[in-house]
Amino acid sequence: MLECIPTRKVEHTAGKINPAKTCQPIGAMYAALGIHGCLPHSHGSQGCCAYHRMGLTRHFRDQILASSSSFTEGASVFGGAANLKTSIKNVFKIYNPEIMAVHTTCLSETIGDDIPTIIKQSEVPEGKVVIHANTPSYQGSHITGFSNMCKAMVSYLAESDGTAKKERVNILPGFVNPGDMREIKRIVRELGIDLTMFPDTSDVVDSPLTDKYEMYPEGGATVAEIRDSGNSKLTLALGAWSSEAAGALLQEKCSVPCVPLKIPVGLKATDDLIMALKDGFGMKVPRSMTIERGQVVDTLIDTHFHYQGKKVAVAGDPDIVVPLTEFLLTMGMIPAYVMTGTPGSRFETEIRHMLEQSGIKDCVVRAEGDLFELHKWIMENPVDLLIGTTHCKYIARAEDVPLVRVGFPIFDRAVHYLMPIVGYRGCLRLIEMISNALLERRDRDCTDEDYELIL
Amino acid sequence: MAITEKGMEDLLATYPDTVKKNRKKHLLIKNSAEACQQIEANTRTIPGIISQRGCCFAGCKGVVVGPIKDMVHIVHGPVGCAYYSWGTRRNKARADDTTPKENIYSTLCFTTDMQEPDIVFGGEKKLSRMIDEVVEMFHPRAITISATCPVGLIGDDIGAVARAAQERHGIQVLAFNCEGYKGVSQSAGHHIANNNIMEHVIGKGTQRKPGDYVINILGEYNIGGDGWEIERILKDIGYTVNGIMTGDSSYVDIRNLHLADLNLVQCHRSINYIAEMMETKYGMPWLKVNFIGVDATCKTLRELARCFNDEALIGRTEEVIARELAIVEPVIEHYRKILNGKTAFGFVGGSRSHHYQHLLRDLGMEMIVAGYEFAHRDDYEGRQVIPTIKSDADSRNIPELHLKPDEELYQDAHVYLNLTKEKFEEIKKNVPLGHYEGMNPDMKDGEVIIDDINHYEFEELVRKLKPDLILTGVRDKYIAHKLGVPSRQLHSYDYTGPYAGFNGAMTFAREVANAVTTPAWKLVTAPWEDGKSKE
Ligand code: SF4
Ligand code: SF4
Repeated sequence: MLECIPTRKVEHTAGKINPAKTCQPIGAMYAALGIHGCLPHSHGSQGCCAYHRMGLTRHFRDQILASSSSFTEGASVFGGAANLKTSIKNVFKIYNPEIMAVHTTCLSETIGDDIPTIIKQSEVPEGKVVIHANTPSYQGSHITGFSNMCKAMVSYLAESDGTAKKERVNILPGFVNPGDMREIKRIVRELGIDLTMFPDTSDVVDSPLTDKYEMYPEGGATVAEIRDSGNSKLTLALGAWSSEAAGALLQEKCSVPCVPLKIPVGLKATDDLIMALKDGFGMKVPRSMTIERGQVVDTLIDTHFHYQGKKVAVAGDPDIVVPLTEFLLTMGMIPAYVMTGTPGSRFETEIRHMLEQSGIKDCVVRAEGDLFELHKWIMENPVDLLIGTTHCKYIARAEDVPLVRVGFPIFDRAVHYLMPIVGYRGCLRLIEMISNALLERRDRDCTDEDYELIL
Repeated sequence: MAITEKGMEDLLATYPDTVKKNRKKHLLIKNSAEACQQIEANTRTIPGIISQRGCCFAGCKGVVVGPIKDMVHIVHGPVGCAYYSWGTRRNKARADDTTPKENIYSTLCFTTDMQEPDIVFGGEKKLSRMIDEVVEMFHPRAITISATCPVGLIGDDIGAVARAAQERHGIQVLAFNCEGYKGVSQSAGHHIANNNIMEHVIGKGTQRKPGDYVINILGEYNIGGDGWEIERILKDIGYTVNGIMTGDSSYVDIRNLHLADLNLVQCHRSINYIAEMMETKYGMPWLKVNFIGVDATCKTLRELARCFNDEALIGRTEEVIARELAIVEPVIEHYRKILNGKTAFGFVGGSRSHHYQHLLRDLGMEMIVAGYEFAHRDDYEGRQVIPTIKSDADSRNIPELHLKPDEELYQDAHVYLNLTKEKFEEIKKNVPLGHYEGMNPDMKDGEVIIDDINHYEFEELVRKLKPDLILTGVRDKYIAHKLGVPSRQLHSYDYTGPYAGFNGAMTFAREVANAVTTPAWKLVTAPWEDGKSKE
């Protein structure tokens, strides 16, 4: 596989080969699906919308509905105002969502369509809402798009009625799977705290098969809930890249204090989430949580020799890779390459800081990298394990490295989006996946006399 | 179950008036009593309608150009378009006599990943630099550049960049101005790709593959290995496959396409331009084929043999058919017992909605609603309507290549097939040489033909007609499931395949039977719910 990849050192400065990120609108579309009864709308050519629906559909194996302004050459020259107005009218008449969440594409951005003005001039039925986010694909990544749509939810919807804040926490979950969102909600409820999570794609993009078809499944934060988020006592913004901007805006707009945290992947990040809630609400952490946590520590002690000291390469979105790297360090593994496709020097600073604290040198850390680069590094200096998305599978095969699939997108395995990697239970799942990948490899590669019953 | 004109009216009643007026023209209930039922196709999608369609870029780079395995395909634009067209169409490729492994780039994705400054100040320099680096790194035989939406708008001249790079590196660099907003669907991109390849690649080589009955297969993308199955059968009969466009195909082979005796056209929509242009320029005849379905494959093989009018070839064709049928028929018979009488919907991009009707009929099934995402009227009604299709602003934007017969290479069609002119004309009366009759004639009265179906119509038709199976793309697959109907993807075959030829028919039969009978369908309703579980 990949015999074409040069073995010598090469100059790679322009563009990306095997990118480790994609464009903003797909993130905005995903976030919008986390509002109940929402139809995301792509303001641009229909091709983008088709591609974004396809990408999300393949990852979640579920229906992903979104409409498009279907630009033609004329719209590209004269602007897409007419297309958006027609879209808004048709969407409410034919598909009747509660809310439409418009995002732009590189086409409408390059043209410079003024979306808020167009929305104001459109016929929006009584009681229905249209929000928008600018998502130029030539900035940031899909994570930026997710963040921008979360911000739009706050700027269009969140309100504070000026009365005393409610004993409730807002959770901005970041770009994670519905299974993760569900697990975060479970933890918060287990602590006895009332919450509003937005966006919340659980029961939307992993909706059940029943005998009744719902174009808009049960899940998602309702418009009313997002409105009322301005009256909550606290916001936890999980993930610097995907949630912090929305959290900060909510603080500014409605005076809800925002605590930025990592997405709770790994033991420490989960501890941080629980401590932040304890600090905010002063509740006693229930015994059940202590048990869950203790099971993770127990497992780490029991299984450390499966993975400790192994060299690992990690690639993915920054909000996942940062806490995941932290957890790999907790596990005693040695990150050799840590890479994200999303730009931003903060990534490199945070990872370097963690590595330093663990005394790890010789790790290559890179933001705005691509998988070709990662492949070249691994060719030069191999690793024992690769953790990343589906696109890493080519490297895994070419270099014969086991791959643990984590993150977005995963196109070649099922069920993953239902199974959390967050919280203490998520820790157990990560330990299991990583241990199993390494042990399978050991079983595969060893001689007959070394093939053992018990490991 | 069938739908009446009245039922169709009711369905459309929800639409705002302008939408209703528009959509009405894209829907037909087949009625053979009406002389020529006309359908509207290849016109704009209505803004706000949840369509299945993609863009011009997807048709050009995604469908036609992307699968060429020994070229590096650079997408000039922000990262997304390249990312989504990376490995998502299952065009299988492998090394062969003319292309070693080192020259295959199929699993790589190249994008200039334009950033804001590139949009503001232009991205030509970055593109040039990327080409230089790619040449240095990979030494490809040739390179393509595909433009995405913003490129045309900011005025990057990818043609000039390509010409300069070609000078610098001494390899061909092709520029495709396939910005997503051009035309009304992927179809515009097919046309742009066809033109460019015709103008700059086909005819540049001098190597005809050695062997008899040398043919090209056009519009076969080797999804799930379809092309390999077709090649297996053709080679057994004695044909030499000179080149395939563009499944498992190589730049070096495409240069030699003009040296074959006959073009076979599998997907009419995406490739008919090249077949037609090669006919004009070189005189090479083309035959519409269909390798989907057991009966259809036999029919195609027989028609193909007749084109060469060679008794030995005809005899060998019958031998291979008999040999294959002995294996296939019992298997098909087994699955027919499970599937007989069941109905299906089929919505796929181009020719597949037609082709699969044959395979379903082998299994005793009927496609009662069929439609295309980006077809033209000729794909529905037959090529005879082409002169009557009105061009509009969107289609006029796609340049036509006006070719003349090549002074050196043009030969009359009958010469290619080694026939007298009279014999050629006689054969032409009975086989689809240079003609495609479209999907509509194959449909039965009362069945529904639908162009550019959208989510609302999809949902309503499923509720009304309750099909047993939906053959569609990934975006609709899971909607079908939620509506309680099994589905198979006809773009990717749900990662099995091949579905073409004899082996493919058996695979398809098994997969469809599994989809319909998978035990979970009986468990949809929880035991504590009222009502009956749907079976
Ligand atoms: S419509 Fe434009 S931006 Fe969208 S996928 Fe197609 S080329 Fe890319
Ligand atoms: S990069 Fe731009 S054109 Fe391409 S899919 Fe994304 S938004 Fe569309």
